[in-house]
This record gives sequence, C-alpha cells and structure tokens, in this order.
Amino acid sequence: MELRSRIPSGPIEQKWDKHRFEMKLVNPANKRKYTVIVVGTGLAGGSAAATLSELGYNVLCFSFHDSPRRAHSIAAQGGINAAKNYQNDGDSIYRLFYDTVKGGDFRAREANVYRLAQISVNIIDQCVAQGVPFAREYGGLLANRSFGGAQVSRTFYARGQTGQQLLLGAYQALEKEIARGGVRMFTHTEMLDVVLVDGKARGIVTRDLRTGAIETYAADAVVLATGGYGNVFYLSTNAKNSNATAIWRAHKRGAAFANPCFTQIHPTCIPVSGDYQSKLTLMSESLRNDGRVWVPKARGDKRAPGDIPEAERDYYLERKYPSYGNLSPRDIASRAAKEVCDEGRGVGETGRGVYLDFADAINRVGEQRIRERYGNLFEMYERITDENPYKVPMRIYPAVHYTMGGLWVDYNLMSTIPGLHVMGEANFSDHGANRLGASALMQGLADGYFILPYTIGDYLANAKLEKVSAEHPDFVAAKKTVADTSNRLLGIKGKRTVDAFHRELGLIMWEDCGMARNAAGLKRALGRIPELREEFWRNVNVPGSDAELNQALEKAGRVADFLEFAELMCTDALHREESCGGHFREEHQTPDGEAQRDDSRYAYAAAWEFAGVGNAPILHKEPLAFENVPLTQRSYK
Amino acid sequence: MKFTLEVWRQKGPNAAGKLERYDAPDVSPDMSFLEMLDVVNERLNETGTEPIAFAHDCREGICGSCSLMINGIAHGPVRGAATCQVHMRSFADGETIRIEPWRARAFPVIKDLVVDREALDRIVQAGGFISAPTGSAPDANAIAIPKQDVDDAMDAAACIGCGACVAACPNASASLFTAAKVSHLGLLPQGQPERYRRVERMVDQMDLEGFGGCTLFGECQEACPKLISIDTIARMNRDYFKAAAMSRVESTAGGSG
Repeated sequence: MELRSRIPSGPIEQKWDKHRFEMKLVNPANKRKYTVIVVGTGLAGGSAAATLSELGYNVLCFSFHDSPRRAHSIAAQGGINAAKNYQNDGDSIYRLFYDTVKGGDFRAREANVYRLAQISVNIIDQCVAQGVPFAREYGGLLANRSFGGAQVSRTFYARGQTGQQLLLGAYQALEKEIARGGVRMFTHTEMLDVVLVDGKARGIVTRDLRTGAIETYAADAVVLATGGYGNVFYLSTNAKNSNATAIWRAHKRGAAFANPCFTQIHPTCIPVSGDYQSKLTLMSESLRNDGRVWVPKARGDKRAPGDIPEAERDYYLERKYPSYGNLSPRDIASRAAKEVCDEGRGVGETGRGVYLDFADAINRVGEQRIRERYGNLFEMYERITDENPYKVPMRIYPAVHYTMGGLWVDYNLMSTIPGLHVMGEANFSDHGANRLGASALMQGLADGYFILPYTIGDYLANAKLEKVSAEHPDFVAAKKTVADTSNRLLGIKGKRTVDAFHRELGLIMWEDCGMARNAAGLKRALGRIPELREEFWRNVNVPGSDAELNQALEKAGRVADFLEFAELMCTDALHREESCGGHFREEHQTPDGEAQRDDSRYAYAAAWEFAGVGNAPILHKEPLAFENVPLTQRSYK
Repeated sequence: MKFTLEVWRQKGPNAAGKLERYDAPDVSPDMSFLEMLDVVNERLNETGTEPIAFAHDCREGICGSCSLMINGIAHGPVRGAATCQVHMRSFADGETIRIEPWRARAFPVIKDLVVDREALDRIVQAGGFISAPTGSAPDANAIAIPKQDVDDAMDAAACIGCGACVAACPNASASLFTAAKVSHLGLLPQGQPERYRRVERMVDQMDLEGFGGCTLFGECQEACPKLISIDTIARMNRDYFKAAAMSRVESTAGGSG
C-alpha cells in the first residue's frame, strides 16, 4: 500500500487554486453519464449529494434514517467558524489556519487545513443564501461569538441549534434535487459493504431496514460520509445509531484507517446515573465561563454540596492551572476530572462526577443575569437530572464526543481504494489530534459543498472506467457475504443481548483507551477485546428474522464491527509513544503532568492496513511537514 | 417505580396490530422514557421475545426520530419536549401507560411503534427550499435582515420534523409542519422570489399525501416539542390565498437569450 497525499506544490496560499486549475474537468454533457453513490446524509453527505446533482451527475444517496434530515450533525449546538473578519478583530484565513493546526497539536496536514480556512468564508455565504437563520445584530448584519482555542470572534451561530439549521439547509437543497430527479434517495437503507471491481470502488451492498432486502448498487465512484466511531465506547454524546460499519467494512476492503486513537473527550457532560443509561448529553463548554469546578478534599465525602465548607473543597482546575483555571482546554479539564474521581473524590451516586458550581457567579451578578446567559442549558439540565442548578451545583463528567481519526484520504478526499472518497468526521485529515470547537460543521460543509464536487470530477475524467452492472460476479459475491453475516448472527441464539456486549466493550475502551492511556492498560484491552469478540460470535442472542424491520439485527452488525475496530484503536494508541491532543499516554508527560509530544518520532499520520481479523494490522506512515506553523509546546499553567 | 405498559405491537405494514401488556418493574425515576423501553426490550430479548420496535436516535430532542403516543398524548406529558426528553418521574408509580404509534393515514405503520413519515419529505420536495445552487451566493452580509425577522424565522425553523402535530390533530393535518417551513423561508429576503410558488406547491402536496385540512383545533401547537405557534398557519393561509389570487401561468418559453 502506498500513501500518496497528492498535496499540490507551491506556496500554501496558492495550492488549492493551482490544484483546481490543474484538475481535469468533466464537460456538462458528460456529467449525466456518471453515477456517484453518496452514503450518509449529514452535513457532508447531504451537501455533497445536492451539489453533485446540481452539477449534473446522477446521484444515488443512502441513509439509514427515515429521512435525510436526521443525521447527528443536527445535534451540534455551538456554531461554525469562518474567517470572515466581520468583527474587524484581526481574523484572517491565515489565522484560522494557524489556530486549527496548533489546536490539533500538530498532527494535521497543513495543506488541507489551509484549504479549509479558505473555504470557510464561502460556506457562510452559501448557507445564508439557502435561508439559514444565523443570529444577527439589530443593524441586520451577522453576529459572531468566541470559541475555545481562538482569540477572535469568528463563530457564526443559530441560537443553540447551529447544526440543525445548517443540516436543514443541506437537506432542503437535497430535497430540491430529489424533486428535480438528479438524486435518487434511499432512506431506511444501510450500507453494509463496498464493492470493488478491478481494484476500484464501483458500488455498495445495502440492507433495506424495513423489509430486510439485501440489494446492490453500481456506480462510477462511491463517497462515504458516515460519521465517526465514538460509539465504540457505548456511552457517548453521539446518537444511538451512529456507527463505524461503513468505514470499517471499507477498511476491510483495503482503505487505510488513520489515527484511530485520536478521540475527543468533552469535559462538560451530564454524568452517568445508572446501568440503564443509554447515552450522554453535552452541556455547552460556555458554562465554564461562570461555573467553578470542584470536588471535596476528602475522599468518600458524601455530604450534600451545601454542607461542605469552603475550606474542605478542592477547586482543582484553579489550583493546578491558575492562569486558565476553569477555562482550561477540553483535554486538560477532562483528564483532571478523571484523576480526582479515580482518587475516590468524585461526587454523586456513582462517584463519577464533579461539581460545576454557579453559587459565586449568582452572588456576584445575580440569578437573573445567569438566567439570561444560560437559561436554556439550566433548564435542559434540570429536565434530565431533576435538580435545580440555581440552588445546587451541577454535576458533570467528561464524555466521548468526536473522533478525529478516520479513513485516510489524500488531498482529493480519496481513500487508498481508488474511487472511494471519504468526507466529514469519517475521514481523518483536518483536525489532527484535537478538534477545536465549531470546526466540525465547517469541515463537513467544506468537504461536501466545495471540495469533493471538484475533486471527484478529476477522478472520473482520469479513471477510464468500464461499465459494470450489479450482475457482475464481484457484486454477487459481496451480496452473498452480507447475507451470510446476517444469517450467522441470527443463527447463534446465545444467551446475551447485543447491548450487553456493547456495554462491556464500552467499559473496556473507556477504562483502558479513554482519557488517559498506558501501555499496561492498552495491552490488557488488547487481550480482552478478542475474547469478548469470540464470546459474541458464540453467545449473542439476536431475535427475529432477516426479512423485516429488525433493530436487534442492525445493532448486532454494528457491534460486531466495533468489536474488530476496537482492537485497531488500541493498537494505534499503544504504538503512539507520545501524548498529543486527545491522546494522552501517561508514560509521556512533562514533570508537571502535561502532554509531551515527540515530534522527532511521531510527526506522522499513522495509516493502518487491514490484515485479517485478529492479525496485526500493517502500519504505513504519512510524514507531516510543518512549513508554515512552527512546532511549539502547548501550556496552560 | 413500577409500571404496566400497554404497547401497540404490529408485525408489519399489512398485519393486524393489537395492544400487548408488559410489566416494567424496577424503573428508576431518573430513566428517560426510552431508557425504560430499552430495559423492557432487554428483558424481552433475554426471554427470546422480539423487542418492541421504536424510532429513536439522538435522544436529546433534536433529530425528530422519536415519535410515541403516550397515554394518548403525542410525546407524552411534558410540554415542549420530545419523547426522548420525558423522564419516568413524570408518571405516577404503579400507573398503566399506553404506548401507541403516530396514527394518520399518511403515516403507515412499518412495525410496532415505527411509522413511515416520508410524506413530510415529499412536502419539502414540493417547494420547501430556496433555490441557491452551490457557489452562486453573494457575500453573507450583502443583505441586512432585521433581527426580529430572523428571530421569527428561527422560531419556525426550529421544527424537528417529528410529525407530532399530525398525530395530535383530529384531522391528521400537516399544517403546522408545512406552515413552519413556509414561515421560516417566507420571512427571509432570500425566500421572497419563490414565496408564493412555494406555498401553493407545499399545500397542494400536503393534500395529495392524504393529510387533513386545518380547522384550528390548536392541538398541534400543544403537542409540538418546539412549541411552534399556529400563527405560522395563519401566515401560510394568507400567503396561500394571495398566491391563488395572484396566480400567473408560468412561461414555457426558453431562456431570455
């Protein structure tokens, strides 16, 4: 396997322009002769499918949801970054580029990030034209807010529902193209394999979730926009049905998987309250502007928070990071919360929680001001926990939120399988080892509206593709493999439910490949995962049949893939003997406990090649050159 | 807490359905309604019974997947909340809870509590968009929009497309859903060129899909998890009448050049 990043030559400011000129075009009359499959209808998939159809391609678009408006992009709250410099505060494309490379702890590809920053301004224009109701000032012009990792106000937002409004913009553009006949939309349809003919991606195998029918679809290129793999942890802020099946099965067909150990843990989520817990809910990071984080000084202190005197509280973020205090970055704050809970000082019934206390802020500015700033968040908290955060401190705990790793792609967003393109959270390219807030929406839409629609034309114009149909033997074989897997799962008739396995896998991953990792823990996980996988295939109970809506069967297939993927994630985490961004190896920290990168040995993207289930994957390295942003150490003391 | 559930079970679109009783013992008041169903399903699964199928995904009230009729109320007893945001503490210990799918001719049952809501997508296809092909947009600040207009547009745009308005309406009308989109886009300057074409086509499509008409019961705004107001329906009706009055035959001649 060869990793050809196809980064254009020349100064970074000119790479994308130069590349756009050098790429081949498909003339308008010929575009209708090409068919492109787009899997996934979040921001990346929805925007790409609509745009490709506008250009004249035939698009087959697939979603396992009942409507292309439901993907988890919809849940993004805070906003989307763009280097518009509308606030006149010194922002620029170069500054957004710089902040993103540095925020990613120097593990992203500079050329991709620069292009992302360039395109950010077009995204806002496009979304406003579609009718996205971004917040505005009284003068009628667009408003901005600030986000972590930046010293300028460049985040555009639509109340706390920015992701929803951006997704509805893409969804409406997609529905327009469906009505026009350019896109054939397949809802309730899950992709279960990618089909290669002569080494090129030429189609997919799907299951109709309503009828169980397994179908194949042929095309000239395949685009995956199927999101991240955070649900490998079972509990995360991801939607329940988010999964890694599409990218994992593509990986098994030959697409390299890059940096799977780069996961983002968000520090302020509502803690787990019981074994039945099905998912975690994020509370906006902005709360840490006024809330103070603390735990009791004594371990096992079960007194109510109001009964613990000031002198017996440990405001550990203020103590450890006096200059950033409660606004320490996500990775630092998350790890510190874990440490105090590991020491037995966590609060709440489960002991996995810390207080986020607004009492001082309420005394200082009054309850009314706090209500104006955070009213909707306090209400959301109260609805879930039945506790009034104006009276008692919130309890929060970190939770898995986003995955920076994904399928390796070149500058054209193409994976190591020719013709298989990957966008959004499903690919690895732009966020390095840590994603900045309000950058996920930016990347999804940049990929879908403005990058892939150009680069796929270059692929199609050069590829010299023979026509294939779904009767081709490679399609027939792939279809049989998928059907066999379903039948095998249904035939096991064991004793444990799919969720029981998923929950156990999640615990292994959270304990040993979560916020802080070490070699012993990762090796332990690498021992336990194959055992659990073996038990799964022997003892899982999947009721019902293959010929109907069967949610247990859907989950079983996804968990089976997580049970394989988890091993790759731990392998990657074990091999990366450094700490960077979301990947913290306890062996590699500075004397005062900060992440210690090793640029001399690990300034590369680790792209893994599949070598069979249970076999050690093969590592390929894409060296990362930092020609524009000098390598520096992050410090928040 | 413990509950008795009466759940609509229906094998497939053409099968007959009926209410089945299940016990839900050992329920924590902190469980969400869907987590309570997860636990019931886990037990059914362990005893070899097929779990209850229900639609769900984000579990934070924004994706619009969850769609349960709980004791005859769309999304259950909590005002301004989707099913996934309802917790068991909202019910009395020992209560019998009846759980049914959305019921409307335009929403056929797929299985158990899962219905097909693609009719709503087809209403959007009919005109619920602004035609702005990628790349054609002017600068985002080229047109100033009064803050109040954007705020009103955002109130309507908050719709999550769950279909509770249809389920709650005695006429099974999709007027609130349609009116929310008509209002969102019609309040913005970008939405003006297609404003009247949009409302005519969307309302006509709503009728074609078999949704009923609006007779102003107002049940929809009570059931709406985003508390979208029926004022949007008044706006839609105004635009629709105006569109009918101004209706012009679209030119079939070719381009202007």
